[in-house]
Amino acid sequence: MNDTILEMRGITKTFPGVKALQDVNLDVRAGEILAVVGENGAGKSTLMKVLSGVYPFGDYSGEIRYFGQENRFSGIHDSERVGIVIIHQELALVPLLSIAENIFLGNEQARFGVIDWNLVRTKAAALLRKVGLREDPDTLVTNIGTGKQQLVEIAKALAKDVKLLILDEPTASLSEKDSEALLNLLLEFKAQGMSCILISHKLNEVKKVADRVTVIRDGRTIETMDKDAITEDRIITSMVGRSLEDRFPSRTPKIGETIFEVKNWVVHHPIHPERQIIKGINLNVRKGEVVGIAGLMGAGRTEFAMSVFGHSYGTGISGEVYLHGKPADTSTVGRAIEAGLAYATEDRKTYGLNLIDHIKHNVTLAHLQGVSRSGVIDDMAEVKVANDYRRKTNIRSSSVYQITGNLSGGNQQKVVLSKWLFSKPDVLILDEPTRGIDVGAKYEIYGIINQLADEGKGVLVISSEMPELLGICDRIYVLNEGRIVGELGREEASQEKIMRAIVRGEERAVQ
Amino acid sequence: MSTETAPSTVNPGKASMQDAIKENLREYGLVLALVVIMLFFGYMTNGILFLPVNLTNVVLQNSYIIVMALGMLLVIVAGHIDLSVGAVAGFVGAVAAILMVDYGVNPLLAGLLCIALGGAIGGVQGYFIAFMKIPSFIVTLAGMLVFKGLLLNVLSGRSVGPFPPLFQLLSAGFIPDVIGRWTIAAPTLNAAGNPMPGTGIVLHSTTMLIGVLIVAVMLYFALASRKSRESHGYNAEPFVFFVLKNFVIAGIILFLMYKFASFRGLPNVLVVMGLLIGVFVFVTKRMTFGRRIYAMGGNEKASKLSGIHTERLTFMIFVIMGMLAALAGLIYSARLNMATPKAGAGLELDVIAAVFVGGASALGGVGQVMGAVIGAFIMGVMNNGMGIMGINIDWQQVIKGLVLLGAVAFDLYNKKKA
Repeated sequence: MNDTILEMRGITKTFPGVKALQDVNLDVRAGEILAVVGENGAGKSTLMKVLSGVYPFGDYSGEIRYFGQENRFSGIHDSERVGIVIIHQELALVPLLSIAENIFLGNEQARFGVIDWNLVRTKAAALLRKVGLREDPDTLVTNIGTGKQQLVEIAKALAKDVKLLILDEPTASLSEKDSEALLNLLLEFKAQGMSCILISHKLNEVKKVADRVTVIRDGRTIETMDKDAITEDRIITSMVGRSLEDRFPSRTPKIGETIFEVKNWVVHHPIHPERQIIKGINLNVRKGEVVGIAGLMGAGRTEFAMSVFGHSYGTGISGEVYLHGKPADTSTVGRAIEAGLAYATEDRKTYGLNLIDHIKHNVTLAHLQGVSRSGVIDDMAEVKVANDYRRKTNIRSSSVYQITGNLSGGNQQKVVLSKWLFSKPDVLILDEPTRGIDVGAKYEIYGIINQLADEGKGVLVISSEMPELLGICDRIYVLNEGRIVGELGREEASQEKIMRAIVRGEERAVQ
Repeated sequence: MSTETAPSTVNPGKASMQDAIKENLREYGLVLALVVIMLFFGYMTNGILFLPVNLTNVVLQNSYIIVMALGMLLVIVAGHIDLSVGAVAGFVGAVAAILMVDYGVNPLLAGLLCIALGGAIGGVQGYFIAFMKIPSFIVTLAGMLVFKGLLLNVLSGRSVGPFPPLFQLLSAGFIPDVIGRWTIAAPTLNAAGNPMPGTGIVLHSTTMLIGVLIVAVMLYFALASRKSRESHGYNAEPFVFFVLKNFVIAGIILFLMYKFASFRGLPNVLVVMGLLIGVFVFVTKRMTFGRRIYAMGGNEKASKLSGIHTERLTFMIFVIMGMLAALAGLIYSARLNMATPKAGAGLELDVIAAVFVGGASALGGVGQVMGAVIGAFIMGVMNNGMGIMGINIDWQQVIKGLVLLGAVAFDLYNKKKA
């Protein structure tokens, strides 16, 4: 047996209608850092969830061998017991408990249920020294910065006697300096013989610390390269290289004058008002045009859209919005709708639908005045509207009286779209309109987008799937860290160019 | 989990008899429960429950609960709770007594002032809940303590009464018999020449006429709505079922009206209640205001992003609740004919129980006005029936508690199965 500690062979995992992972292979050696890279939705997080037992054995097919033994985890506890610990992108700390309490959460240092606080503090202090965090273990987690919280997460992992540490985008919300410190810490652990899987978008980080890189795309392993073979170009090509096929209905754009324009848009974080999230965005959409916004998670795309639509996100918002060349007031959702704007959310279950009510009531909710007179709803008119849109967007349901919570993702998305189509907007902002829905439904939604453009509306599509943007957009803005870092026309746009614009965001390569 | 079928046509034909029964059983299950409970207590009390005088009593005893349950339904559907309504009702009743008895203010004017006061109280609580985002449980718990205290303070330990006769009519009066008595069978006269109770049939004809009118209007609208659905090509329930259903409902209404008519006619407060119930059914079922409350209770974030001004809506709901609590306070004190320091204590729990027995969800977004009304009657009939049977107050409480728990558990079980 060589020094391989983990082997994953032929991992396949399906969700209803979607093959998330297909025959994925991955191995980790003792004392190395393996970077796993891929686009959003390529299957990295799913793979890690399989590894850590979030998806128990039987939920996937394939084999996981760890220190030469086949493992069949039935939950995250099983994987943690053998020393596989995962740190998720969203930190799982309890803000109002102390650092020490968080470190031993679920792993309390207790005898007969009575916590030995002295032992807790001593152990916590030792772990904090290990990760280089100089804080009192009694400090509440809410009172330290994100960078330090990340270190607490790592200390928590160390407390569990970790042999294989998995970090999912650990530096996504960290400053340059904190990221640097974190990466150095990983190198230190490596020197001590710990193995590590690092999931990251940031290729410069990957180059800095990884011994090997495994690229995942569309739920498959594309290649694994050794340290000396790692180049940014090779990673990017591996990450994006796929053909567009006939996944998008064709359309001949008939583009008119500018219908929607945002100037000098600045937004600050709602809880930390000193942090600028959107840093002066200018963009426009013309009549009959489908414009995309590309960018990684956390680039500020949703934040931008929601702040424009009724100031639904952020504080300290400044900038101007123009519709049809005239300044428009979009400071409340009601005014934004009246001005002719619609925003279909990326999170349909939380922000899009009333899941306990039926299709009819959801479709008319944003434009009740369209089916009522002096506040009294005309039931027959409402049924007619709901049926019209059900047919138009091809919602598959037994009737308009089906509860939206029982519909599939694709059909739920069509209900959300119907709601906004009925509000008769001039400009639609569609945030991840095809997230989590199957290929067939995606095609139908692209068809709806095309039809909207043909009707002379302006459509702004936010998507993490680059092929989707390339397939349906006439123009693509690239957003990174709250700034537009690129603008590409249909002809010049390619996945490489978008990726380059993101990766080299600081150069602000506006073309 | 998703039930995906091929898109059916707009007119999938008539619903089957079985579907119609299943659907209506869920909808009218509560009515059925009320009927069963009434029959049970009717039997256990040897028919005393159904005596006209007792049925009238049941209405009078529960009128203020039902008035408040209407507002509480909106509050609970919106995803909130109001614990202060009992205290507010008691406080407003005391203010009414002081205005009318101590200062001799005209009863009508005093009534309007009191309802405005209730609206203002609701508004203040609503402001903290809607705009300051303090949980309604806390705000109204504070309100309950505050108004309990203020009630004691304004009455300074005394009871104020009696009220002017005009005001007493609110709870003790009956609608005038403009047409005159209608004697079907002359009652037996006793030695003094007065009619003996329980003999003969002398009806309050105005009440009977109103009963017939209500049934006629109800049937007209049921038919019109059925026609409209059919002409638009949407399926309606089988005709036999439609007739049967409306026949039963009409029968129940006429039966109750007959009972009222053979006592002293419709109580004034029942007329007020009936009108309010009608308004609230209309608002929740047909108006955008009501629709927005359901949407907000179902998913507040999605409602906000659909352009609904959720803060203002929440504020309005608490203003309405305050006004209804005030009206209930007036009815309550008019019934007692005095304001007492203990008035209204604990009423909020009866009101909340009525709404939950009526099928509303504690999570918000679900609940019907008629459900809350019937829920209040279920609790009211049980109170009344157990009282007549001579069951001790301690066991009455236990039984009511178990019925509340059982009703909600049964409802949840049914929903899971569906």
